[in-house]
Amino acid sequence: MVNPMNLQSHSPMPTGITGFPIAAGASTEVAQNIRITAKDVSVSYGDLRALKSIDLDIAENRVTALIGPSGCGKSTFLRCINRMNDLIPSCQVSGEIKLSGHDIYGPEVDVEVLRRHVGMVFQKPNPFPKTIYDNVAYGPRIHGLAGSKGELDAIVEKSLKRAGLFDEVKDRLDRLGTSLSGGQQQRLCIARAIAIEPEVILMDEPCSALDPIATAKIEELIDELKQRYTIVIVTHSMQQAARVSDYTAYFHLGELVERGDTNRIFTSPQHAKTEAYISGRIG
Amino acid sequence: MPNHHIVQAFDAELETLDALIAQMGFMAQKQQEKALNCFLAHDKEAAKKVRDDDEKLDACERHINAHATQIFARRQPVAADLRTVVASFKIAGDLERIGDHAKNMAKRTKRVGDIPILAEVSGSLRKISRLVETMISDVIKAFTSRDAGLALAVLDQDEAVDLLHKCLISDLLSHMKTDTASIAAGTEILFAVKNIERIGDHATNIAEQVYYIVTGRQADEGDGAA
Repeated sequence: MVNPMNLQSHSPMPTGITGFPIAAGASTEVAQNIRITAKDVSVSYGDLRALKSIDLDIAENRVTALIGPSGCGKSTFLRCINRMNDLIPSCQVSGEIKLSGHDIYGPEVDVEVLRRHVGMVFQKPNPFPKTIYDNVAYGPRIHGLAGSKGELDAIVEKSLKRAGLFDEVKDRLDRLGTSLSGGQQQRLCIARAIAIEPEVILMDEPCSALDPIATAKIEELIDELKQRYTIVIVTHSMQQAARVSDYTAYFHLGELVERGDTNRIFTSPQHAKTEAYISGRIG
Repeated sequence: MPNHHIVQAFDAELETLDALIAQMGFMAQKQQEKALNCFLAHDKEAAKKVRDDDEKLDACERHINAHATQIFARRQPVAADLRTVVASFKIAGDLERIGDHAKNMAKRTKRVGDIPILAEVSGSLRKISRLVETMISDVIKAFTSRDAGLALAVLDQDEAVDLLHKCLISDLLSHMKTDTASIAAGTEILFAVKNIERIGDHATNIAEQVYYIVTGRQADEGDGAA
């Protein structure tokens, strides 16, 4: 069985304070502050170069927002972090992405284990056609995280509580997840993602299909979740990026134009392209 | 960077904000100029007009604040747009205070007669007054043209105002020591000089706001600060 604490299924490595393997020579000091390091990352879809030599650090227990116009490469970069792009045959990724000091594109890395450490929430809520309980219990079951029914119950309850959904569904855990409202479905997907205790949660426009109230609940949840998880969010809403993130990275035509403290980016961006985009001067 | 927003109504609202501030700045400068003229000429009727017209400046400030608030609510401005809207509240506040100082100076007209001490310092009074009038017109020009260099020049001009202010105070005190009968009127002139010096300070505040709007930095941070 795959050891969920290691990226590699069959060659155990020493684990660091995060419970994640530390690559040889990796600095534990860096691992404590920077959860993800991207160096010279380029992505091509056939002849189309979607990302051009991206260098970007993602701080742990912080929310980093990736913004930019459609086609700028922000979602492509997000999907590099849990190797979702591997599912696209024409996609080629070069460069280096390290999670807690470990190269996630290393030849020996088990992608399924990687995705146990890097959860993802998508644009449209996509609960399984199963009960609310089973949606959350699915990950812990397949990863063998619960030794008993009682432990599994506890994981489901804890995850639903952390996702701010437990009180709304505790009396109907046997109902289908798809019977919930859109906002509740999205929080169920977040509960499903955190049930396997990931280190990083990727969010690809998680509120674009939700009404303002449901959006506010997700944003409040993001603020609470960052205490435990490192969050990277792609959003088309400038106001959402400004509200929820600690750091913002602006992508344009496959290039990382500017990255910095969100407060600074939205008050005094350094690059004219960033200013033009966030202030609505280019589409 | 493109000059225009995709939403053209946003451009129109920011242009209106600029125009309102420019208009208020012009009115504040005229109030200061008229206040000094009536003070030196003992023109009580003109002084009353200055006092009455202060309400127009107050109304301008209310209008700017309401307009800027609407921009916040409707547009959620960021970056330079955000700095402009935030600074607009402060600039309008400083211009309103300039109006208050002009009104205070005008109020003193009826308490200052045609006395020798006023004649002796009138030249210096006109000089310091012209300096602050120039500061107001320059800082409004810096705002409308987004000229950080001109804003810094206004900051420099305030040093000359402060120096002249000190000299005037010293001269007035010397006069009052030698001619105790002039103390009452001299005190009114001292307050008027202080009003003018404070107007210079408000022009300086506005210059700092303009510098922030243009550069995203505080004026005392220098070029290297982010």
